[in-house]
Amino acid sequence: MAELWAHVAQHLTLAGAALALALLAGLPLGVLAAESAGLRGGVLALAGVGRTLPSLAVLMLLLPWLGVGMAPAIVALALLAIPPIVISVDLAIRGVPAAALDAAAGMGMTPLQRFARVVVPLALPVSFSGLRTAATETIASATLATFIGAGGLGDEIVRGLQTDDAALLFAAAAVVAALALGADLALGAAGRIVAPRT
Amino acid sequence: MSYLASHPLRVATLLGGHVEIVAVALAVALLIAVPLGLFAARRPRLSPWLLGTLGAIYTIPSLALLAVLVRAFGLGFAPIFVALVVYAQFMLARNVVAGIAGVDPAQVDAARGLGMSPLQVLLRVEFPQALPVMIGGVRIAAIAMIAIATLGGYVGGVGLGVLIFNGLTLHQPQMIVAGSVTASALAVAVDALLRLVERRFATA
Amino acid sequence: MSSITFDGVTVRYPGAESDAVENVSFECDDGELVVLLGPSGCGKSTLLRTVNRLVPLAAGRVRIDGNDVNALDAVELRRSVGYVIQAVGLFAHMTVAQNVAVVPSLRGWSRDETARRVDELLRMIGLDPAAYRDRRPSRLSGGEAQRVGVARAIAARPRALLMDEPFGAVDAIVRTALQRELVRIVAELHTTTLFVTHDMDEAFRLADRIVVMRSGRVEQVARPQELFERPATEYVRDLVHAGDDVYRRYFMRGRALLRGLAE
Ligand SMILES: Nc1ncnc2c1ncn2[C@@H]1O[C@H](COP(=O)(O)OP(=O)(O)O)[C@@H](O)[C@H]1O
Ligand SMILES: [Mg+2]
Repeated sequence: MAELWAHVAQHLTLAGAALALALLAGLPLGVLAAESAGLRGGVLALAGVGRTLPSLAVLMLLLPWLGVGMAPAIVALALLAIPPIVISVDLAIRGVPAAALDAAAGMGMTPLQRFARVVVPLALPVSFSGLRTAATETIASATLATFIGAGGLGDEIVRGLQTDDAALLFAAAAVVAALALGADLALGAAGRIVAPRT
Repeated sequence: MSYLASHPLRVATLLGGHVEIVAVALAVALLIAVPLGLFAARRPRLSPWLLGTLGAIYTIPSLALLAVLVRAFGLGFAPIFVALVVYAQFMLARNVVAGIAGVDPAQVDAARGLGMSPLQVLLRVEFPQALPVMIGGVRIAAIAMIAIATLGGYVGGVGLGVLIFNGLTLHQPQMIVAGSVTASALAVAVDALLRLVERRFATA
Repeated sequence: MSSITFDGVTVRYPGAESDAVENVSFECDDGELVVLLGPSGCGKSTLLRTVNRLVPLAAGRVRIDGNDVNALDAVELRRSVGYVIQAVGLFAHMTVAQNVAVVPSLRGWSRDETARRVDELLRMIGLDPAAYRDRRPSRLSGGEAQRVGVARAIAARPRALLMDEPFGAVDAIVRTALQRELVRIVAELHTTTLFVTHDMDEAFRLADRIVVMRSGRVEQVARPQELFERPATEYVRDLVHAGDDVYRRYFMRGRALLRGLAE
């Protein structure tokens, strides 16, 4: 049981680090796509391709270069989490009503003020839904990190299968499902809290 | 890439198996999801519950569900097949509901006013207009299923995942890369193809 | 307070074949309400948006109180000129009071002063501050939202007011009420106002002077009465004589009366 909890911690570290990296790259890319008509096509096409790649394939494709362990797993999971963040941030920003932007400019907001006071608050809810998708998917995909020796709850599931230990298998499956569902619900609630009331 | 060049037949066979299991599972999943979605679309109070439940199942990581299914069905074709059908339900049913909900109510009203029966309204007005959204659901489901089916290499000896997992056991990076690249290419190709189909029905 | 002068104003959008606004010259005097009238696409909005520099000029000059707007800081300029659009553009994430307070807060007014001003404005536009202050825009009717849009535009006592079909999306009865209030407010505040519309009755009801536009050019600038009695071109004649003349004459009188009462 102690080992299960250690694996939970490891799992959350994997997913958390990957999400942090993905946010660091994905937020600016999403803003870039939304604000620059010239770059949007390219950025979104890349994100679209990234979205279709099987997670196991991405984890495995880095193997010849980055080897096994936690670091390559985090890189791969981050790469997988970037596209949903980019896509939703772009969608969110472009969804801000043109009239609100026109009014903001007409009232004399500087571009930075417009971004901070109008675009960000209005784009927050949709952007947050992208983060939510990314988070649940990352927690799910982190299960597969066991196959490149990165640990996490995938270890427990695989061990349960190999040793035919039903109790272990069910426990590990239940915990990882609970984590994914929990993150989904928690981020859904957090999204409602940070979202401006309209 | 060298494995791909040296064993094209083996890769092609596994690719065929991958496509086959996804295609058959998708067909079976549609047979369940379309009636389910239509049923939910007609009952706006029920549909959030149904989609919520399917959505919750969808968030369960595939390896976890698969492990449970292996306990139930044993190793082989069955657990991966069932997992594919179960996962697809959410994406398919959700888009059926969204597609029907997106039909202009004025047109439905007009169709009723013209004397169409409820079934005629569904088949002649709602279904054709909801089709692009439904096909969007098929595309998203197909992509997810191609990804999940790579685990067929782990529990059932099916599909391109066989290359990945055999490569891991045999310490053959070339095999792993061949499996991963081919699975990725398949996903990208299917995505592009179904986007074309989607567009074709959207303009028609 | 302010005069606005257009001097050979020309605008061409990037990639366009022809000028959206071509060599337009006229002057809007201090405290005057000038209506830009013409069919959709004739360049009214474009011309209006040259005043607060939302649209750059290809040629010509726009002056406020004799100052070339291009020589002013664009942001400062916009904060000193009120702007109201048909889509209103109220910020959905702010309350009514926060929306009205945007420009005062951008200009660094104190909290107390801003709050007092917000209540004063809400009363001026006929909305009870206690009931409306903390409402979200999504809980306003179309007419109420447009009133708040007007309040937001005049909150920081702008030297001029630009209005782009502000009442185009509200129903006829509410529109008439809003028009009446606008005439009162503009007279009360003595704010120089440029008002865009394609609705002739609205133009005749509101205007001190009307600028009739047609495909980017000015056809005639005249007082409503004059436009009616001495149309400069065939186009203007057809325009003012289309529809119900008697009705329009009546409103010109009505407006003169309103003005007289307010002053
Ligand atoms: N942002 C823009 N980019 C390119 N063309 C524009 C833009 N805005 C308006 N136009 C064009 O300029 C002309 C005048 O438009 P506009 O000023 O909006 O007319 P109005 O307000 O009288 O309806 C139209 O032909 C319109 O298509
Ligand atoms: Mg216009």
